[in-house]
Amino acid sequence: MELHNIEELLEKYFEATATIAEEETLRAYFSQENVAAHLEQYKPMFVYFSIAKDEKYSKKLPLKPKRNYTKWVSVAAVVAIAFSFYFGNLYQQHLEEQKEAQYAYNETKKALDLLAQNFSRGTQKVAYLNEFEQAKQKLYKNK
Amino acid sequence: MKQTEFLNLVLPFKDKLYRLSKRLLVSTEEAEDATQEVLLKLWSKNSKIKEYKNIEAFAMTMTKNFCLDRLKSKQASNLKLVHSNYGDDNSSLQKNIEAKDSVNWVEKIMNELPEQQKMVLQLRDIEQYTFEEIEELLGMKPTAIRVALSRARKTVREKLTQKHNYGIA
Repeated sequence: MELHNIEELLEKYFEATATIAEEETLRAYFSQENVAAHLEQYKPMFVYFSIAKDEKYSKKLPLKPKRNYTKWVSVAAVVAIAFSFYFGNLYQQHLEEQKEAQYAYNETKKALDLLAQNFSRGTQKVAYLNEFEQAKQKLYKNK
Repeated sequence: MKQTEFLNLVLPFKDKLYRLSKRLLVSTEEAEDATQEVLLKLWSKNSKIKEYKNIEAFAMTMTKNFCLDRLKSKQASNLKLVHSNYGDDNSSLQKNIEAKDSVNWVEKIMNELPEQQKMVLQLRDIEQYTFEEIEELLGMKPTAIRVALSRARKTVREKLTQKHNYGIA
């Protein structure tokens, strides 16, 4: 490579007008051993650039197989909620029925109690009739 | 998309993502985390991945944005990025290879550049992207890229000659 050419390319390089190919030429020139003394100062730059390119990312990626758990979780949640509503309502109904039955039972019992009381009062009153009967028997005997 | 398929897709450019993050974040650990984060984000977009025309460019842009965000949040909370990947200065001193030292200087000089120049220089001189690709990656105008690149290269040259003239500090 002609020295003159390299100097020209360097000029272009620092003005950032060099093409990729031209920059490649420069890199190739500076990566070899015999670099002209007055261009030696640029060598570290190009050497560093090629060294820096060798750095590798070595960490392992913690990739997890992707699954759409969230979708199924939401489906399951909807199902669970629907079921709980359904059974909850049934249970509620059951409770209400029980309550109503208890109430009806109590009311009936009250009514029957009342009836029983009245009946017993009736039998007491009817007991007087016995007196009447006895008196009548006496009369018949005396006759 | 299967896991192996994804890994094969990502394989050609995952080192580039890592190098870009390291250029911006300096610390090896931070850069590894950033790269992992970006790749995992890509993996989570798994189903849509085929819709992107250029996955590499997309991933590079993601990395750039992620790192810049990271830097911004670090600055906001007044924390400097802590990195422990200092070279063993002692041994390099003993070896005393001036050429190697100068090469290390280039890295240090590059770390001092403004972020945009850092990125342009990284993408062009290390990864050898074309100007069109850099435009797409960084969302910059062509002239702005050329100006930034020229400035970055000249700064590196200037500081390098300074070091040479004063000797290695």
